[in-house]
Amino acid sequence: MKICYYPGCTLKTKAKELDAYARKAAEALGVEMEEVKDWQCCGAVYPMAKNEIATKLSAVRALDYAKHNGGKLLTLCSACHNVIKRVNDDMKNDENIRTKANNYLALEESYNGETQVIHYLEMLKNEVSFDEIAKKVVKPLNRKVGAYYGCLLLRPSGVLAFDNPENPSIIEDFIRAIGGTPVIYPFRNECCGAYVSLKNQTLPKERSAKILNSAKEKGAEEVITACPLCLYNLQVNGAGILPARYFTELLAEALGVK
Amino acid sequence: MDKTEMTEIMKEISGTDVRKCMKCGKCSGRCPAYKDMDIKPHQFVTMLEKGKVEELLNCSAIWNCFSCMACVERCPRGVAPAQVIEAVRTTFTRAQNNNGLAAEDIPPIVDELIPQQLLVSAYRKYNK
Ligand code: SF4
Ligand code: SF4
Repeated sequence: MKICYYPGCTLKTKAKELDAYARKAAEALGVEMEEVKDWQCCGAVYPMAKNEIATKLSAVRALDYAKHNGGKLLTLCSACHNVIKRVNDDMKNDENIRTKANNYLALEESYNGETQVIHYLEMLKNEVSFDEIAKKVVKPLNRKVGAYYGCLLLRPSGVLAFDNPENPSIIEDFIRAIGGTPVIYPFRNECCGAYVSLKNQTLPKERSAKILNSAKEKGAEEVITACPLCLYNLQVNGAGILPARYFTELLAEALGVK
Repeated sequence: MDKTEMTEIMKEISGTDVRKCMKCGKCSGRCPAYKDMDIKPHQFVTMLEKGKVEELLNCSAIWNCFSCMACVERCPRGVAPAQVIEAVRTTFTRAQNNNGLAAEDIPPIVDELIPQQLLVSAYRKYNK
């Protein structure tokens, strides 16, 4: 299976491991990730103001490319996923944004939200299936892992439609598939403090400590995430309460391709 | 720009209907930044409805909201407090000299682990 892939800036720089392990694992699972040609930074946060148009165009360009190259766009970074999926929803359902973005881009054929945006975890679950993954595991994890969802994969759930926003289960199912024991803890869908850590570190420090302590109390030995900013906040602002790693690293480890 | 006009623009760019709020406070109850907000999420909604733009534009809560969308998720009336906060922050930062982050303040706090995602998202949120 071949699928269009949007890596985003951070996966080319500070979060190279998130990307590299994902590619190795995908190869082992028979999925070919083909990078979108000339992709541009998605902007990292979805611009919510209704008169923001220019800040959404890079996402529309990637979406339009995928539309003509298989119809699906694979994302991996939680932030890219959140931005691209929400912009896609605008292109489908917000006439004002759709018209203006199309006028600006002047594509040969207008883009109206046709592409299906799927996160790597959704690809594992729906295109490969966790049962198939379990069969390919050569080094089961055999440890207790806390799934850290954060915000970007889950909310707003009406648009993201990723999982139950209050009680998600996809990452726990993933952990089970690779031979680990998922640990359910109360703060797994709480915000780590996000971009506020560049302006005021106190808040993200408190948030990250709460999240990691919550996971530790329930017996987790480590937490996993799909977001470079969550990883940063948990590692740097979480003061080493628990190790935090990318979920793709554990996948590659279990598949024996790390 | 007069106050009424300003209120209308902020309502429009928020993309949410502030009149639908029934003032239950669930949004604020769910907010992870609650204690650090001088104006609480449910108050943003009511204050915009009442046109209190000066107070809104002078608050510090716009810098502490994480855009985590938890308030939006919890609202039983389909109101999006996070979008009201973004409308206020955007209106504030778009004015001259109102950027929330100064370029010269960044280098001292950049460590070798800071992901590009943090720099880009903070710039997008805090500056025009
Ligand atoms: S989006 Fe902002 S106001 Fe809403 S719950 Fe999150 S931090 Fe609080
Ligand atoms: S949860 Fe919704 S209805 Fe309740 S106070 Fe907040 S915005 Fe208003």
